[in-house]
Amino acid sequence: MHELSLAENILQLIEDAAQQQHFTQVEAVWLEIGQLACVEHESLRFFFNSVKKDTIAQEAKLEIITITGQGICDRCHQTIAVNSYDMACPRCGGYAVTITQGEEMRMNALEVK
Amino acid sequence: MCTTCGCGLSQIRINNKPMRIQRQSHQSLTYRPLRPSPAQNHEPIKDPASNPLKAKNPGRRDHQTSETRMIKIERDILAENNRYATQNRHYFSAHRIFALNLLSSPGSGKTTLLVQTIQMLRNLYPIAVIEGDQQTDHDATRIRATGAPAVQINTGKGCHLDAAMIDRALQQMHIENNSVLFIENVGNLVCPASFDLGEAHKVIILSVTEGEDKPLKYPDMFQAADLLLLNKCDLLPHLTFDTGLAIEYAHRINPSLPVIQISATHGSGMTAWLEWIEACRRATAGALRQ
Ligand SMILES: Nc1nc2c(ncn2[C@@H]2O[C@H](COP(=O)(O)OP(=O)(O)OP(=O)(O)O)[C@@H](O)[C@H]2O)c(=O)[nH]1
Ligand SMILES: [Mg+2]
Ligand SMILES: [Zn+2]
Ligand SMILES: [Zn+2]
Repeated sequence: MHELSLAENILQLIEDAAQQQHFTQVEAVWLEIGQLACVEHESLRFFFNSVKKDTIAQEAKLEIITITGQGICDRCHQTIAVNSYDMACPRCGGYAVTITQGEEMRMNALEVK
Repeated sequence: MCTTCGCGLSQIRINNKPMRIQRQSHQSLTYRPLRPSPAQNHEPIKDPASNPLKAKNPGRRDHQTSETRMIKIERDILAENNRYATQNRHYFSAHRIFALNLLSSPGSGKTTLLVQTIQMLRNLYPIAVIEGDQQTDHDATRIRATGAPAVQINTGKGCHLDAAMIDRALQQMHIENNSVLFIENVGNLVCPASFDLGEAHKVIILSVTEGEDKPLKYPDMFQAADLLLLNKCDLLPHLTFDTGLAIEYAHRINPSLPVIQISATHGSGMTAWLEWIEACRRATAGALRQ
């Protein structure tokens, strides 16, 4: 995944919110990142730290909440934990799984001053 | 992953002209700016007890001091890209343009395939091409030699196309109604999968010289694709590549992924590829009419 682009997009969302909510400093940024979203958290932190310099978010910490992967097996219709796309259903061995959770990349909230 | 990418806006060029910044210039920004997004309601969370984050992370809010407040955002991190993608999609449907996003690692044969495809399709539909590469306009030049219009996007250090770049490229092209538009993404098996450009379908091209295990190593791309073209099949007699195994791996990631074996240089499999284009073009047009 492209963590630099993500860091830039996060900053854009923060600046959009700042215009409407009139805050001048961001203390923390709360993200929800799915396990299947293929985001390297350390790489995202690295790029966020570099893009936030001299912006309203220069003091901001990233708080990342990992959302575990989940899906429904197309064959046996059981809800299963999915930690990678090549995983077979542990109950029936089928590879066709409809992902229901774990692909998200969301900004949930900001802690601001 | 991607530590080499540095999509600074100043580096992005379309037909060798710098891509202009559209953001209103009331702020100085040090990151790649895009257009401001339409107003969103950022609802302030007044009562800290109603903060869903607090419930999820008990005890983790200790550093929240009395002067700070929580603001709920609830937006997709790629919301801005997706907004442009939706805008591009509206443009395509208004002009009945069928857009395909071609993804692969460098050198798997995307441009060779496009040149062959254009030669076989050009009496059937108008065709246009958007080429994405970090540097050079070699690929756009190869496409223009066929007579089809092509715009070259150079992403500089950036390793994928995004929907805003396509928006800007579309503003510089005249694409006839009812065209087939091919977008050749930057050669990269990782990032381009995550960036919706507004296309009807993503097509992944894997060449037989790359090894059978690529679907397992780069699952996101195979998960996102609607068609797999297995290219350079003319080379199979010289390789130990196990076609069945490659397809089995691809189907582990994406069980319903159709696979067409082709040789862009020898022409084998091209008819099946053109039939897939025609069937999907009709299906997309039909879905629009409803
Ligand atoms: N043998 C064989 N060679 C092919 C085939 N298709 C492409 N090639 C060769 O593969 C090389 C790369 O082809 P390109 O079409 O430039 O590949 P590309 O995916 O556009 O490359 P980038 O845009 O640089 O990522 C060229 O030397 C082509 O001649 C094929 O079907 N068989
Ligand atoms: Mg090419
Ligand atoms: Zn099952
Ligand atoms: Zn990247």
